[in-house]
Amino acid sequence: MATEFTMAEAIIARRTEDRVKAGAICRSKVDFAFANDITAPPAIKEFGRIGAGRIFDPARAAIVADHFTPNKDIASANQVKTGRGFAKKMGMRFWETGRCGVEHAMLPEQGLVLPGDLVVGADSHTCTGGALGALATGMGSTDLAVAWALGEVWVRIPETLRVDYVGSRSPWITGKDLVLDLIGRIGVGGARYMALEIGGDAIADLPMDDRFTFANMAIEAGGKAGIFVPDDKTLAYASARAARPFEPVYPDAGARYAKRMEIDVGALDPVVALPHLPDKVKKAGEVGDMRIDQVFIGSCTNGRLRDMALAAAVLKGRKAHPDVRLIVIPASYEVYHECMRRGYIQTFLDAEAVVATPSCGPCLGGHLGILAAGERCLSTSNRNFVGRMGSTGSEVVLASPIAAAAGAVLGRIADPRELLGDDPAIFEGI
Amino acid sequence: MEETITGSVWVYGDNVDTDAIIPARHLTMVEPKDLARHCMEDIDESFATDVKPGDIVVGGANFGCGSSREHAPLALLGSGVAAVVATSFARIFYRNAINVGLPILECPDLAGHVKRGNVLRIDVDSGIVKNETTGEEFASEPFPPFLMDLINSGGLVEYAKRRLRGEA
Repeated sequence: MATEFTMAEAIIARRTEDRVKAGAICRSKVDFAFANDITAPPAIKEFGRIGAGRIFDPARAAIVADHFTPNKDIASANQVKTGRGFAKKMGMRFWETGRCGVEHAMLPEQGLVLPGDLVVGADSHTCTGGALGALATGMGSTDLAVAWALGEVWVRIPETLRVDYVGSRSPWITGKDLVLDLIGRIGVGGARYMALEIGGDAIADLPMDDRFTFANMAIEAGGKAGIFVPDDKTLAYASARAARPFEPVYPDAGARYAKRMEIDVGALDPVVALPHLPDKVKKAGEVGDMRIDQVFIGSCTNGRLRDMALAAAVLKGRKAHPDVRLIVIPASYEVYHECMRRGYIQTFLDAEAVVATPSCGPCLGGHLGILAAGERCLSTSNRNFVGRMGSTGSEVVLASPIAAAAGAVLGRIADPRELLGDDPAIFEGI
Repeated sequence: MEETITGSVWVYGDNVDTDAIIPARHLTMVEPKDLARHCMEDIDESFATDVKPGDIVVGGANFGCGSSREHAPLALLGSGVAAVVATSFARIFYRNAINVGLPILECPDLAGHVKRGNVLRIDVDSGIVKNETTGEEFASEPFPPFLMDLINSGGLVEYAKRRLRGEA
């Protein structure tokens, strides 16, 4: 057997009888396949055309109704009804409103995305699962229908861009800053068709929630996946939650990478991505006078417990600027409950934030915080395309939960150290 | 695919994202004709009203970046677009286009050599894209054999049916 596989190659090699080599197309078995309330109905239609009649393994298939839920209108209610009916009929996993979190936050929590897995989802941010050392990748509804029917997909073996992080990360620098910095360096097409593979000494102390944030945005560089090399943190997270056995995969020592980069985390400052692409990255302290009308803290990118903890640390004893609407949405009920228990929800309400139920919410302009023309939102989500959160005349600026919370207080975009001083003691233990 | 595709051109730049092709607020619809009424509306208000069946969309690098919504190629199909030719495609859009039967070609040198309203002629077999208005010709990237088989055998759903029967 070859000893030169990257993470992506090694994961596919375990699941295919075809030859594994970057650029080749293989048929690979999948460990888990899911769709959401928007992408499920077309997948169900195509599944019907295929005529399989049953899901390859209902325990490895899910529909996660998270985008326009709680149902925002009649059309979205019909979409969810279609998904729910199909999931029940097929015996697939489905979580009713009140239990259902944002797919890329909830599925790892439920132990359904695991190290070494090959996971496909009809949602581009499926790559989030790469934080666990899985090859998790987004596809369309027809691909998903075929995965449900056959338990396999066709995949082009991606070339890999290996990024090693070195140096000492300050508490001001989150996974969001790392990934925005990387996208700023390589561009929104910089990893097109490729897998990112993330490692290096500085990753050891990067919390799992930050790794999810990072992997989530691999797609914003065009990547098929953003895969972290598993370590003790990965295995501790997965072992405590696994819904089935798993086997971690590691890159071979002689793995062939299309390109390698090394980035010193000690040299980074908090950054934001300006309109209208995620690669318009600038230091948060150098954007000039950019007033904001809304701040959104949440989404599959930054709606996890550590994100909430960082935001709460910033907002403790402070209030949102009088001209700012602050919207906080925990990405799952596990996160929501823990925020309650730790007092974060009280902190958010005291800061005069709206706290909403787990949902994608305003991220994609669905509901719970749509922007009017001329308005600007500082958001912890992943995309700032034209019209993403509402009017085509509105703007979205992407940032970490620390910078977003600080911006909410200041009413404008700034380096969070401007509000908080250079003492990171408030983040101790988070 | 048909052997040649000839049509009038709509030209867009790099990184045309799926929110631009069909904004998320319209994703409670799924029929191509319904989606077509809003296709490109956030970056080009004239597209949905003026596009004619058989027109060709030309994009720059990373066309179709962003979300996995299959609604994006469906909106273009519903608009009557006969093909999309771009410098390069985002990978999920590339898969989706093939899966729903929207002809796409990667033509690295075309951008900058074509204007809105020019007539393009695409020879599908050879992959040659000719700007009939200027006379210039450009080569496009051939599909890998697996995908060519997939396309020629009627798309992914037909492939899956054969695979279920053990014929693929």
